Amino acid sequence: MNNEVGPVRTNAVSVLGGSVTDSSLRNFLEGIPGVDVVGAEARASWFASRSIKTTSKVWALNQVVRLIDLTTLEGADTPGKVRSLARKAIYPDPADALCPNVAAVCVYGDMVPHVIDALGDWHVSKRPDGVAVAAVATAFPSGRASLQVKLTDTKDAVEAGADEIDMVIDRGAYLTGKYAQVFDEIVAVKEACRRADGTFAHLKVILETGELATLDNVRRASWLAILAGADFIKTSTGKVSPAATLPVTVTMLEVIRDWHHLTGERIGMKPAGGIRASKDAIRYLVAVAETLGEEWLDPHLFRFGASTLLNDVVLQRQKMVTGHYSGPDYVTVD
Amino acid sequence: MGFLDYAPAPESASILSLRDSYGLFIGGEFVDGSGASFSTISPSTEKQITTVSEATDADVDLAVRAARRAYTQVWSKMSGGERGKYLFRIARIIQERSRELAVAESMDNGKPIRETRDVDIPLVAAWFFYYAGWADKLDYAGLGPQPKALGVAGQVIPWNFPMLMLAWKIAPALAAGNTVVLKPAETTPLTALLFAEICQQADLPAGVVNIVTGAGATGSALVSHPDINKVAFTGSTGVGRKIAETLAGTGTRLTLELGGKGANIIFDDAAIDQAIEGVVSGIFFNQGHVCCAGSRLLVQENIHDDVVERLQRRLSTLRLGDPLDKNTDIGAVNSKVQLERITALANAGDEEGATRWTAACEIPSQGFWFAPTVFTGVQTSHTIAREEIFGPVLSVLTFRTPDEAVAKANNSPYGLSAGIWTEKASRMLAIADRLRAGVVWANTFNKFDPASPFGGYKESGYGREGGRHGLAAYLKSGNEEAVTR
Repeated sequence: MNNEVGPVRTNAVSVLGGSVTDSSLRNFLEGIPGVDVVGAEARASWFASRSIKTTSKVWALNQVVRLIDLTTLEGADTPGKVRSLARKAIYPDPADALCPNVAAVCVYGDMVPHVIDALGDWHVSKRPDGVAVAAVATAFPSGRASLQVKLTDTKDAVEAGADEIDMVIDRGAYLTGKYAQVFDEIVAVKEACRRADGTFAHLKVILETGELATLDNVRRASWLAILAGADFIKTSTGKVSPAATLPVTVTMLEVIRDWHHLTGERIGMKPAGGIRASKDAIRYLVAVAETLGEEWLDPHLFRFGASTLLNDVVLQRQKMVTGHYSGPDYVTVD
Repeated sequence: MGFLDYAPAPESASILSLRDSYGLFIGGEFVDGSGASFSTISPSTEKQITTVSEATDADVDLAVRAARRAYTQVWSKMSGGERGKYLFRIARIIQERSRELAVAESMDNGKPIRETRDVDIPLVAAWFFYYAGWADKLDYAGLGPQPKALGVAGQVIPWNFPMLMLAWKIAPALAAGNTVVLKPAETTPLTALLFAEICQQADLPAGVVNIVTGAGATGSALVSHPDINKVAFTGSTGVGRKIAETLAGTGTRLTLELGGKGANIIFDDAAIDQAIEGVVSGIFFNQGHVCCAGSRLLVQENIHDDVVERLQRRLSTLRLGDPLDKNTDIGAVNSKVQLERITALANAGDEEGATRWTAACEIPSQGFWFAPTVFTGVQTSHTIAREEIFGPVLSVLTFRTPDEAVAKANNSPYGLSAGIWTEKASRMLAIADRLRAGVVWANTFNKFDPASPFGGYKESGYGREGGRHGLAAYLKSGNEEAVTR
């Protein structure tokens, strides 16, 4: 999970053609082509109308499990709650030994030690296909705090052992056109993800697309986050409505595609919030595979930020195996 | 096998219960024609679906007589409100039987089920609903008080949108109070015959709708029949010209919807990913068998390479194959004859010096197929820039200024459709104003709505279908004067 790219993405300077300033960023971001909302929605519904059946559906359901960041981000979270969730992450369906584990557990920074402890040998440090620990940081979800506080928040989580950091961008700064401030903050947080041994916790940058409001903004903010060094770009905190939508995700995937085409680098994508049904999740897989290719359907490059989705996928898996639907009492409440 | 090799998801054909053979639909009944029978095949498998009758001159005469009788005795005496009830009933039955109709259309035509299911059949129902609403409001059609029906309409339709073209012709004709004799294309008669069953199911008075199947000779007998008051034709410019010659001086009213060579213009400030999607649907929708297809892509020269590259990457994800599979994007070419024509025109592109690029896709061993193809380096003098190919072949040309874009777009004997892609609304409106095309789409393409008139300039025909304007093709003003538009 360690990223070899340095704190400031080396390609940013060459893409911008010089130093990173509000004005160079503005020239670049406002010069990229816009997004037509009607067309973007039509493209999303095109993906949604794909018919994924039989063997393809079985593969997709298993893969959705593998791609989930199982999440709890409540003020009421306790060690007991996150331990239960960690167990669920390892054994999503206790009745089926063939059910894979999820990609990661996503919690607030102070819960990281409890999750690592609960994962035990299943932690990704012990086995590469195990479960990672992701922590939200940078005054999540609003991001309204000083840079100092955000960096301390990040460092705390990394020191506690978080494998991945989910940061929020400063939407206020973005919406007032202070692109360099947003950029510099991402660079600083990335630096705060550096561990003592020189490796980095994986950085997911949350754009909070529900607050950016337009697809033009989503597209520009995606470029901005990638230029500044994001390993993943992520739609939402889950605390703002609307959270992840297919048109927003497709718009972000297209930026990832263009960046890959330009530089050869692979950036990850994480839609989060609002994806509750297996059927919806499979639509995202289709959009990713048809926009970026199948290689992106891997925990290193794609995640779902979700909680209730997992049980629905487990129910659908059971249905594919047994031929009939069970019910909510046949999946665990965590 | 990877995820993108989606497992087969075929729509079941078992919903269809077809007869082994079909006669002609005359006077509310299926009757045996006096001519030979011929088979209609599925272009994706070359297997026979069913057999239909070839209507002779005598059969056509019977059909016209039935339509005349229904007109004078029933339909012309019925109130608009009552006629509307029948049309609403037909529209509802079409919705109820939509899956069956979508399967039949896909099998007979070769187009993907996702298009018949999501576009063709929903629009067919929409057309009947829309014109059903007009039936009792003809005073407001813009033709003065109490406009009158023309009488019996002879209608000849093409194979590219068999049932949708039927709806475009029959719905306004019936709403305006005419009766009809319709001839579907010889390669795609199936949904018209199912529509005949729907007329029976709706208890439509006998003879109001008559369907005669057959090839060119049947169509010729229909349009030249002396007791026809109105001819409506959609098809090639060559046949349209012959019909116009036949009818010149006879007083029979005529509307023609003919070929096209639509220009799709991309300016350098366009929303690029959506423009690419629009180009794809503009020319590869329905295998390019669309008279209003955006078959000439005019790209501003400074973004040419980027656009072509994005287009090629996108086209590489299109899925060609079994039309009944719900994940198929590109189906079969409708007939061997059409495949040969597309192949010949594409070869002319090679010979005249354009550069061909073809999406890598596996072509099934049976049936008629043509992989999505893009020609770059096309000059305005090339055959593929001037002639309608009516297939999945895009010709890419460039322009430098808005004036040049307009000049090149208009430089065609046709004038049916055009598209503009720009994020600048002032430019969009200014360019649209100068394009000599019946339909101009802005930041979209191939969108149809029954409320919107459709038709061409120049060799793309005359008359309008759809909307209030579409009624004028089937009405004359109350004081008996011919309405000229």
